[in-house]
Amino acid sequence: MSNDPIKVIDEACVGCQLCVKACPFGAIEMDEKLAVIDLTTCTLCGACVPACKFDAIEMRQSEKAQADFSAYQDVWVFAEQDDGVIQSVTYELLGEGRQLADDLGMHLCAVLLGSNVSEQANELISRGAEKVYMVDQPELTHFQDEPYAAIISDMVKRHKPNIFLCGATTIGRSVISRIAVETGAGLTADCTGLAIDPGTKNLMQTRPAFGGNIMATILTPNTRPQMATVRHKVFKEAEVDPSRTGDVVPVDIDKALLASRTKRLTFVPEEDNIINIAEADFIISGGRGMGKPENFDILHELAEVLGGGVGASRAAVDADWIPYSHQVGQTGKTVCPKIYIACGISGQIQHLAGMSASDVIIAINKDPDAPIFSVATLGIVGDVFEIVPRLTAELRKVLGE
Amino acid sequence: MHFVVCIKQVPEKNDVKINPETNTLMREGVESIVNPFDAYAIEESVRLKERMGGKVTAITMGPPQAEAVLREAISVGVDEGILISDRAFAGSDTYATSYTLAQAIKKLDDVDVILCGKQASDGDTAQVGPGIATHLDLPQITYVRKIEEIEEGRIVGERLLETGYEVIESSLPCLLTVVKEINEPRLPSLKGKMAAKRAEIPVWTAESMECDPTYLGLDGSPTKVDTIFTPPPRGGGEILTGDADEIVPQLIEKLKELVVGAAS
Repeated sequence: MSNDPIKVIDEACVGCQLCVKACPFGAIEMDEKLAVIDLTTCTLCGACVPACKFDAIEMRQSEKAQADFSAYQDVWVFAEQDDGVIQSVTYELLGEGRQLADDLGMHLCAVLLGSNVSEQANELISRGAEKVYMVDQPELTHFQDEPYAAIISDMVKRHKPNIFLCGATTIGRSVISRIAVETGAGLTADCTGLAIDPGTKNLMQTRPAFGGNIMATILTPNTRPQMATVRHKVFKEAEVDPSRTGDVVPVDIDKALLASRTKRLTFVPEEDNIINIAEADFIISGGRGMGKPENFDILHELAEVLGGGVGASRAAVDADWIPYSHQVGQTGKTVCPKIYIACGISGQIQHLAGMSASDVIIAINKDPDAPIFSVATLGIVGDVFEIVPRLTAELRKVLGE
Repeated sequence: MHFVVCIKQVPEKNDVKINPETNTLMREGVESIVNPFDAYAIEESVRLKERMGGKVTAITMGPPQAEAVLREAISVGVDEGILISDRAFAGSDTYATSYTLAQAIKKLDDVDVILCGKQASDGDTAQVGPGIATHLDLPQITYVRKIEEIEEGRIVGERLLETGYEVIESSLPCLLTVVKEINEPRLPSLKGKMAAKRAEIPVWTAESMECDPTYLGLDGSPTKVDTIFTPPPRGGGEILTGDADEIVPQLIEKLKELVVGAAS
């Protein structure tokens, strides 16, 4: 029991309950005038330690001594490609990775797996990668969990990056979770902020938790590499500079690493979702207030005029008015467009969790008390069915000019 | 066939409130539920059992009260539940959690398919499923929206991607993480409720699962929570009212400003 990571020193506790109030997770309860920490609920955030005026709460630091990290150099970025097309999140990672590498005095490197991808490797250099580790094999044309994870894990073990960043995409999350376990690295999901602690040189990884209601800064203090996935559209893309130079390093791999127990049989692109809303600069979203599936037509028309995509709230998806791939929010997609237009969406917290990072939010709703207005840059109390078609018509005229 | 579904108890709501005096967060009267994504994994495991025969085992790692989610799983057709609970697990991050769950699965017999929800609604990491697969050296299909085929030693599933879906074949045993689109979870039957009430839920500890303590809890977790804070509130902006004739021209002007602003 004495090995508990956090404990109340019973002799020092006076039963004042200050720690109970300070605990964000409701993990401290009073038992016979003594504070008791429920270790199963406690996240070891440490909020109670300074809150106690009697030094009665002790938090043990992890016993692992800080190892020598001098062998761990460079900031790595996973270059996600699909059918030879580098995904734009990669450029965002290079933009942010450049900053981190500069702060640490390290090199910025990209890891590129694919088939006939040397041109793409040069593209990564023009976006700021100083070195591109390239594995060019016909078997790697499409992402496959096992070979991708095995090859990259092998490279991580051999080259020892200090930091490894990956997009928080379907592929990114699937592959880096395997790599982190394979290499014993700490992995922080869905970061929206990254910075280097000037003293310890640790990567400070900030991410939303509890549906975006709180933010947490996570460290990987005792091990390397420090791995993180980064949300799409959070960081600015690295600019193209064709004058940049760097090394493309073709990596020879043990063919055994190409083995895969899964096989991709086919890919079926989504037909009615030509614009991937996670990538879109403009999103027109509809909610319960749209009333029926046909009414989404006016949103599609507006989206078409703006060159954007159509999103939806969970209520609209659950009613089968629009496919799940359009759902924005906690159980759907997280989006970050330049302009998000919410039509007939009340703005449940779960929906806000998926779109409140948009640059500009315009909300159209009949109900002046709808919670969506509390996050809207511009709120319109009115009828979607009157406003949207006229807006589309007017915009057509304006944009036509 | 033996199906194992990994589930998690999570707070029903994520709306934590801020105490303006102490600047800490308050979570009042929070009910606990089965992670919404795990409900689809439970339903799919039961459907697979109904199709293929065999049994479904649900496992959860958490405090003693997490037993409730196992009973809930049993009420909709899961055959047995195992609670993985030990003080030694306190402070587990996704690495330690996936190690611990993998240790539990190693003790189960002849597992064919392991199912998880795509992520948990409190942590939102989506890292534990693939983590378990890696600890067990198993293939995985993540974000599964449909299981097309299943037979002895082979499964074909559709993985939802950002731009469509891909059809993936895997050998068994295999780990799947599932998305909401895969099914519509059933409600418990009366018989199910009775079974849930009667079920014996064994508790497995670090010792009974032969865990290496260096991979458990705080010490086994490479990542640490350093600080928590409230995101800056996003205040509401300007409100326009009136009929469409008044609003639309104003809106166009605003949009022009915003588009120009956003483009610059």
